[in-house]
Amino acid sequence: MRFGVLQFPGSCDEQDALAAARRVGDAELIWHGDRDLGAVDAIIVPGGFSYGDYLRAGAIARFSPAMESVIEFAAGGGLVLGICNGFQVLCEARLLPGALLPNANLRFTSRQVDLEVLYAGGPFTRACSLGETLSIPAKHSWGRWYADADTISAMDGAGQFVLRYAPGENFNGSEHDIAGVSNERGNVFGLMPHPEHAVDELIGGSDDGLRIFESMRMTVEAGGV
Amino acid sequence: MAEALGCRVRARVLIRPKAGILDPQGVAVERALPALGFSGVGNVHIGRLIELDLEDPSQLGPMCEKLLANPLVEDYEVQLLDGGD
Amino acid sequence: MSETAHLPTLADAIALGLTEAEYELVCEKQGGPPNQVELAMYSLLWSEHCAYKHSKKLLRTLPTEGEHVVMGPGENAGAVDAGDGLVCAFKVESHNHPSAVEPFQGAATGVGGILRDIFAIGARPIAVLDSLRFGEPSGARSRYLLDGAVAGIGHYGNSIGVPTIGGEVYFEAPYEQNCLVNAMALGLAPRERLTRSAAAGPGNVLVLFGASTGRDGIGGASVLASAELGHEADGGDKRPTVQVGDPFEEKKLLECSLELLDRGLLVSLQDLGAAGLTSSASEMASKGEVGIDIEIGAIPLREPGMEPFEVMVSESQERMLCVVEPANVAAVLAICERWEVSGSAIGTVTDSGRMRVLRGDELLGDMPVRALVDDCPLYDLAPERPADPIYPAPHRTLEPGTGTAETLLALLGSPNIASRRPLFEQYDSIVQSRTVRRPEQADAAVLALPGGAALAVSIDCNGRRVAADPYRGAIEAVLECASNLACVGAEPLGTTNNLNFGNPEKPHIAWQLTEAVRGLGEACRALSAPIVGGNVSLYNEGATGPIYPTPVIGMVGRLPDARRAGRSGFDPDADADAIAIVGPFQPSLAASELAKLHGEPLPDSLPEIDIDAVRGAQAAVRDAVRAGSLSSAHDIAEGGLAVAIAESCLQGDTGATVDLGGGARGDAPLFGEGPGGFLVSGPSEALDELSESVRVRVIGTVGGRSLRIAGHDAELSLEELAAAHGALAELFA
Repeated sequence: MRFGVLQFPGSCDEQDALAAARRVGDAELIWHGDRDLGAVDAIIVPGGFSYGDYLRAGAIARFSPAMESVIEFAAGGGLVLGICNGFQVLCEARLLPGALLPNANLRFTSRQVDLEVLYAGGPFTRACSLGETLSIPAKHSWGRWYADADTISAMDGAGQFVLRYAPGENFNGSEHDIAGVSNERGNVFGLMPHPEHAVDELIGGSDDGLRIFESMRMTVEAGGV
Repeated sequence: MAEALGCRVRARVLIRPKAGILDPQGVAVERALPALGFSGVGNVHIGRLIELDLEDPSQLGPMCEKLLANPLVEDYEVQLLDGGD
Repeated sequence: MSETAHLPTLADAIALGLTEAEYELVCEKQGGPPNQVELAMYSLLWSEHCAYKHSKKLLRTLPTEGEHVVMGPGENAGAVDAGDGLVCAFKVESHNHPSAVEPFQGAATGVGGILRDIFAIGARPIAVLDSLRFGEPSGARSRYLLDGAVAGIGHYGNSIGVPTIGGEVYFEAPYEQNCLVNAMALGLAPRERLTRSAAAGPGNVLVLFGASTGRDGIGGASVLASAELGHEADGGDKRPTVQVGDPFEEKKLLECSLELLDRGLLVSLQDLGAAGLTSSASEMASKGEVGIDIEIGAIPLREPGMEPFEVMVSESQERMLCVVEPANVAAVLAICERWEVSGSAIGTVTDSGRMRVLRGDELLGDMPVRALVDDCPLYDLAPERPADPIYPAPHRTLEPGTGTAETLLALLGSPNIASRRPLFEQYDSIVQSRTVRRPEQADAAVLALPGGAALAVSIDCNGRRVAADPYRGAIEAVLECASNLACVGAEPLGTTNNLNFGNPEKPHIAWQLTEAVRGLGEACRALSAPIVGGNVSLYNEGATGPIYPTPVIGMVGRLPDARRAGRSGFDPDADADAIAIVGPFQPSLAASELAKLHGEPLPDSLPEIDIDAVRGAQAAVRDAVRAGSLSSAHDIAEGGLAVAIAESCLQGDTGATVDLGGGARGDAPLFGEGPGGFLVSGPSEALDELSESVRVRVIGTVGGRSLRIAGHDAELSLEELAAAHGALAELFA
């Protein structure tokens, strides 16, 4: 199982994502300027402040050569995981529906949150059970997920809502408390909380995030999406 | 400088949050104003201003669609300024 | 306009902050009146902020050596041995005056500056802690400063990917006009990468890399950092000289710097902070006992038409200076380009011993390095114990005689004790995946090291207690840090300090400073926790008087097994753990938080301290935590025993029942303060064993959903405690 973790100027959590992925398979960093992703089975677009969040979070990173290759990779069915800033980049790149807006509370907020698993059949949550609660830290200032009403009902019907903030945990004001969504095909998944920071009970008390990386490995070993 | 680049137009792009989407920054400012003694203020919205010189103003629309604004959640307004700077 | 066309006068020198005598001395060193460039550079390097004129002699009395010290004071940061071939670099610095002018940028650039000090010696920054002081939050201005400073620290630390893992904030009237924003940072480096700043090798090239140079902070060091605030009519105009930070630029700068060091391409490295190029280049030259020629035209400028003196004193952020052998310059510039960081060769190292500023063939400034950096006059303090109280009594907010339950709730909700969650939730405390104990989980922050051990760090100082007794108050601050480290199982490795005081030319402030440094030195010696670096911020006073003397102490320690890091909360799953007070705790209401709520004036001294007994208790608690025999360990600090118990209940989300026995009278046993008291919980057998090495007094049991204090008619549910403890949330609504 080979993961590729993108690295932009300003990425912060790419090392953490690399370390988390390495618990489950092989993983290497991919510089934003490289078009060649290597022979990877899955791409992780990590958290941080790519390009300083200038203009809009993720707005500049989405045009990098590496992201152009990721768009092709996703079109071919490759697995793509976007975490926090990565989720923002995937929305800007139109690989995922909706947009991320500044938090409703207008502040950067760092908090361990409980997430409910709404869909457990796909490549990113097959190691979880439906309705299960995952304890994963969230830390962001631009995490309010928004989409218009039509998009939301289409996504709901198609099982694209994957994770939801448990009652009381939605501090950023995301529509319908949605924390993580996938595309229609199910091979691209974005979430604001950071599963790579919940892979070791020593560091933070929860290893629930490991489940997402394990789900990806299981999917690839079973032959893909 | 300017001469070598041909005729340059100065443009201003105003980017606003789409109507109907919660604008917490606008709400926060609207709430703060009365405390400072300004009453009778409502409907506050906060957006972004981008100013640039360019040769071909017809590029502005595509630039806004592609990078400067996020059309999913933002509206944009282009103004061409007289004279240029 | 030629710089030599019109020579500055004595009046100009005085406007820039020099005294008449200092100006005369500059003229003597220069062999004539200095020109504009030269005077600007002297005025900055001879300012209090850069030269430590009033504190250097005193600082020389502090202990700076020890078995764990790898780099002591004098470099950009200090460093201690972290084991396994790694060193931990750390330092604390202040950015008080800029934060009072523009709190967001002042605090942000304070963080940026201390981070640069860490990677300037070759260490990768792994954590930030903040130590803040404001006036009472009932005042709008203090709320504005608090909000801006916290947002600024969060913005910079979060954006650059360095976790902010701990800190402290106090609200006291004497800080109303002079807030304090101190930032501490830690870094890790393989020992071989540790780098010094001395320029060396005549003929070597000076390379400036990072952001371009603009007008940020012009005159900042002498005008802002060492002037008493509030006396200028045009206070609002200070804003244009505020430095603006760009953490995105600094992240690139950090990676670029570490790569240059990893590749062995640099002779030396220095960051640009207060007084910009002037201080960086001069200090590099001074340490290396060499000279430096700087070509003004080679420096990339952000604004057109900057005068040479502006370029030399600019405090534009995110810039580094390095010395490179000529053969390596191309490689250095290529690496800068790859990181999208601007790099320029701007000068050369010479053997002239002189700092020369040139524009082509034109010599704009020519100064002996030694005169600039080493010959600034140092002043003796003239300390005199004040005959009358300096500080007004705090306002009463609680009637003496109020019952225990209500008193406890008042303390839990008071600004100095209430939960800091609304602050630390604005900080990313987990990036880099090392954080074993996050804020409010334990008395010290804990960071995992590769290999299984961990670092622990705490930052502390109770300025009001130091005001009551500068000598004992400073000792208490050091002991507090070490006690916090003990509660997570860590042994101190080294200390850093930021001395925040008023005007040292006033005898009573000189007395505070002298006594505090005396206490600081004694405590650090007793604990074998030498000072490896620090900072001094003086002249923190305004029309309403001086700040409380605030020697902020930052201490780093090590524990051998990260999995055994202690916690401050009771264990809700344990089977009726016993609760005990451990150590030579002698609670006194003198200068306590309760005395403050009661509106009592400061006492004129604090009770005596038995440092050895406290150190013994710290060792005993530390060993018990390391052995894994305790469920929780929590230092008893502000608010005394009752607050510590309430905090352990809230942290563990479980109640407790305690009984101090019939002899406990008055408020002191429950709310009195003092060093050497630990609140621990665990199985009775563990506490029995602990009592063989230290005084242990069992006072109750963990359990239930409320805190019951027998004999005091006090029973408070966890919900009531939490509601009181959440008082600061409304400041950030």
